[in-house]
Amino acid sequence: MSEISPKAKWGLAGVAVPIMIWTVIPIAWIFATSLKSDSALGDSTLNTLGNFWPKHPTWDNYRLIFTGGAKDLFLPALWHSIVICLSATLISVVLATFCAYAISRLDFPGKKLILTTALGVSFFPVIAMVTPLFNLWRQIGLFDTIPGLIIPYLALTLPLSIWTLSAFFQQIPWEMEQAAQVDGATSWQAFRKVVAPLAAPGVFTTAIIAFFTAWNDFVFSINLTSSNARTVPAALAFFTGASQFTQPTGAICAAAVVVTVPVVILVLVFQRRIVTGLTSGAVKG
Amino acid sequence: MSVTASAAGTTEPVRRRLSDRARGERSLGWRLAGPAFAVMLFVTLYPIAYAIYLSLFNYRLTDPSGRKFVGLKNYAVALSDSLFWQAFVTTFVIVVITLVVELVLGMAFAMVMNRIVLPRRTLRTIVLIPYAIITVVSAFSWLYAARIDTGFFNHWLHWLSLGGFPLDYNWFGGRWSSLTIICLSEIWKTTPFMSLLLLAGLAQIDSSLEEAAQVDGATWWQRFSKVVLPNMKAALMVAVLFRTLDAIRIYDNPYVMTGGANKTTTLSMLVANETINRVEIGMGSALAVILFVIVLIVAAIFVRGFKVDLTRTGRS
Repeated sequence: MSEISPKAKWGLAGVAVPIMIWTVIPIAWIFATSLKSDSALGDSTLNTLGNFWPKHPTWDNYRLIFTGGAKDLFLPALWHSIVICLSATLISVVLATFCAYAISRLDFPGKKLILTTALGVSFFPVIAMVTPLFNLWRQIGLFDTIPGLIIPYLALTLPLSIWTLSAFFQQIPWEMEQAAQVDGATSWQAFRKVVAPLAAPGVFTTAIIAFFTAWNDFVFSINLTSSNARTVPAALAFFTGASQFTQPTGAICAAAVVVTVPVVILVLVFQRRIVTGLTSGAVKG
Repeated sequence: MSVTASAAGTTEPVRRRLSDRARGERSLGWRLAGPAFAVMLFVTLYPIAYAIYLSLFNYRLTDPSGRKFVGLKNYAVALSDSLFWQAFVTTFVIVVITLVVELVLGMAFAMVMNRIVLPRRTLRTIVLIPYAIITVVSAFSWLYAARIDTGFFNHWLHWLSLGGFPLDYNWFGGRWSSLTIICLSEIWKTTPFMSLLLLAGLAQIDSSLEEAAQVDGATWWQRFSKVVLPNMKAALMVAVLFRTLDAIRIYDNPYVMTGGANKTTTLSMLVANETINRVEIGMGSALAVILFVIVLIVAAIFVRGFKVDLTRTGRS
């Protein structure tokens, strides 16, 4: 559109407000709930805005998960999540970088096969992998271990990384490398000064998206672990009923906020790149 | 692509060397791409193949010696079981409701994001936030929001309806009200992804087409249905396919919110129950394979029926 009238401009801004509220409320809500004391959780007179925000916010729930009774449930799970998701992301992105480089720069038969397989595999109902892996892991001793979760996570992150990175690499002006070599740069200089800076944003964005995908997993974690490798999403579900006498609502919400904040910050900082990564992998034309 | 173009330009007369080079390129290509491809196949196709094999046995994990070959009997039992069909209906009700709502909502978001001037960056950033939230966290948020004791839904609805809505309405007391909350959480979490795909499609439409239609006196609806939608059909179909296949495997939300109570067990939950809780590996595998086949059928319908071309790598 050439010009948008001031009326349309303000109209659109007006429409944007409900969209933003709809997006933010569940997050604000889980934060509000994490600040409620046990008594406020069951008594609406202790909260304002229609049982939404606590009149007397408290950090007790955060103390509970970091130093208190829920510490042994939450901290190991957080550690498992970080180790497992970073490992799966690293392995996937390294393998996928070589693969995507070959797909975008070299001419060889089977390129389309690799891309189609990557796409097809990313739509696997993951639960279909759980039953055979559960049986196999039980037999070979990988059940409830960190490698026992990294391997299935590769099934989530690797196809996605191949697909997204190939889309990124196909947009890189690779002839710059040759130009640098013509100008007298060595192969290593050309790689370090030209290729790496060109490829790095795509690799980095792919790593973030792959990490999110692994971080979000619940199916594998809840079904292939019991305690030694359980990640945060599955551990949250098991907070429920951890104590017979009080519902661990506040602790769950506090833990949810803790695992959400770093990821949201990543999204806020790298918003534009993530959008490009998510859509360039899916829609090309 | 740039590489082939420059190679063809310089080495046209020397046929023999080109083919050597091409051969070297082929082997290098597979050496670089091979490991990723092999690992990908190993971690995905191998479990599926193993599941197909296991599905032919009557096999409980706790009783390995009693394992015996039963052919397709597990499939016959699963497909004639009313629990399976109940889960089937639940899953597809969720798929259809979330897909329709997300299409409308996602399209609205995308159109606003495409045109908006004022809080442009802020809006685009905020809309992306649910994508970054763990599905289980979203499930807990909506669960606590709808529960009678901890929630605010009933309070807000009570206030909005001027006291008409009961404060003690139990959303998790029945099948359809439970599914409503499950769908809301799913919609909230995945609409951003949908709207981004649709926004990418919208951005590719030549704006002069729409302006021409406007000059010719077309109404807003005519411009939307006759110009905008047909021109972004490819993006639209990809978004629908992605979301459908993703929604079929829904597991996290109903697991956290209802645990499958009130007939809200989905197909994925059925597979997990059979495998993990009842350790019926044979039956669990059969259900897993059935779910896999359902996904294949839906994908085939889209790709064949609606001509969705997913591997279109050429950029125009």
